[in-house]
Amino acid sequence: MSTTGLVRILERVGGQGEGFLAYLGGLGYLTLDALKHTALGLVTRPRIKIDETFFQMVRLGVRAVPIIALVQIFVGMILALQLAPVLADYGQLDKVATVVSVAVFRELGPLISAVVLTGFAGAAIAAELGTMVVGEEIAALRTSAIHPVRFLVVPRIIACLLTTVALTVLADIVGAVGGGLIDRWVLQGDSWQYYHTTIESLALKDFLTGLIKSAVFAFIIVLVSCYEGLSVAGGAEGVGRATTRSVVLAIFLIIAADCAFTTFFYFFW
Amino acid sequence: MPTVEPILEIRGVQKFFGGRQVLKNIDLVVAPGETVVIIGGSGSGKSTLLRTIIGEHAPDAGHVYLWGEDVCHASPRRLDKIRQRFGILFQSGALYSSMTVGENVALPLREHTDLDDKIIQMVVKMKLELVGLRDFENLMPSQVSGGMRKRVGLARAVARDPEILFYDEPTAGLDPIATSVIDQLVIDLRTKLGVTSLVVTHDMKSALRIADRLAMLYNGEFIAIGPPADFRQPTDPRVRQFVEGLADGPIPLRVSKTDYLADLLGLHEKREPATGNRR
Repeated sequence: MSTTGLVRILERVGGQGEGFLAYLGGLGYLTLDALKHTALGLVTRPRIKIDETFFQMVRLGVRAVPIIALVQIFVGMILALQLAPVLADYGQLDKVATVVSVAVFRELGPLISAVVLTGFAGAAIAAELGTMVVGEEIAALRTSAIHPVRFLVVPRIIACLLTTVALTVLADIVGAVGGGLIDRWVLQGDSWQYYHTTIESLALKDFLTGLIKSAVFAFIIVLVSCYEGLSVAGGAEGVGRATTRSVVLAIFLIIAADCAFTTFFYFFW
Repeated sequence: MPTVEPILEIRGVQKFFGGRQVLKNIDLVVAPGETVVIIGGSGSGKSTLLRTIIGEHAPDAGHVYLWGEDVCHASPRRLDKIRQRFGILFQSGALYSSMTVGENVALPLREHTDLDDKIIQMVVKMKLELVGLRDFENLMPSQVSGGMRKRVGLARAVARDPEILFYDEPTAGLDPIATSVIDQLVIDLRTKLGVTSLVVTHDMKSALRIADRLAMLYNGEFIAIGPPADFRQPTDPRVRQFVEGLADGPIPLRVSKTDYLADLLGLHEKREPATGNRR
């Protein structure tokens, strides 16, 4: 390859990298702004918008309960079915509960919930805020001295954090139940035994690391979608683009963060 | 009006977008109680000027003063204080789509005042009555027509009794009757409440009806400023063309800079790739 070709490739990669860094910078800036407004809203007027936060919790979280439950029960069932033959080979079929619970509580509960919520809540936020930008609603807020970050972003962040962590607890339990269903009806196990094995094999650490991760995922979902929504340009087409981008990017960042956190927990906790 | 302290003062404002100069040295002074209408065609820079005045765009040179305070260099906190004293009617109305008509009008009061909810409800009814939409309080913005949305936007803009109101194309896309209604509201606000108004529009009929003073923006600069009488019998051929809506005149319809024939025959394309980065 000629040197100019190589230089061009490097330029391309460098340009992409620079764009990505600028993007992360934008996210960081939004985070700081949101933290500032949250802290201010706790101590001074104008207060954090409690009504709006509850409204968003219902919209982004409570309404996702059925889909999260459904997805996680399947995940638990899949895990049990996939692992049963392997465990049977070693004569350890009674360990299905252990494997399912550890996998679900540590990894799949938080991760799959976050991915589902990216589509459910993240896309909704990006589309909603993007439409508000196009309809000059954000400009109208700003020019009437109502800060969009305080008014729109902070309630969504709080709502998303609380509901995602709560939904993860639900996801963990439902996932374990899914495995239990297979254990009882396909593997002919004893449900009481399954329950006891699950409780015994889980340490508090498994549960907590999962919840910490889910809080981080929630933060990624809500920040990326708010950022994408608020930086929409170019009408309805821009809204569609921002929605797609926010979903793709949030899922990528969630999995990257998952990898980083899992590595960290592996070595240090 | 040299004795009165101006409410809005624009001094030497310039704005560039990607190398193109959109605003060239804009100067304008608006006295309290005055209705000034900025007219100009699409792309003349009037929306950019309005956005600069309300602090949405920072100018590349020059200053905008509202009540003697520099909008372009104010701290966010100061800017918020200034913004609480003016009202804006956006082109689309810009109603918050997740709130009812009544909640839209109430929002500035809820956010910036300690008023009791009962009083807020009363003010909302009063402001909606002003624009003739008192019974529409509980409808969502998507349930009312475009003209009504603008009137609600106006009710929201005047919710806190601002001293100056900015209008971005208040009559664009409205039928003649709705246009008259909006015009009458602008006139009423001035005569009854002494509100200062700055209107950006390309609707000549409406402009002549409401203005104390008109200013025509062309290619990023004012080519004429004066009372409506000056614009009924304009001397400048560019102003005349705009006011009378003539297709032929000094203002060209076509803005393309390349030679038409050369473009048709593809002569430009042959020269361009020399500097392009495609091989």
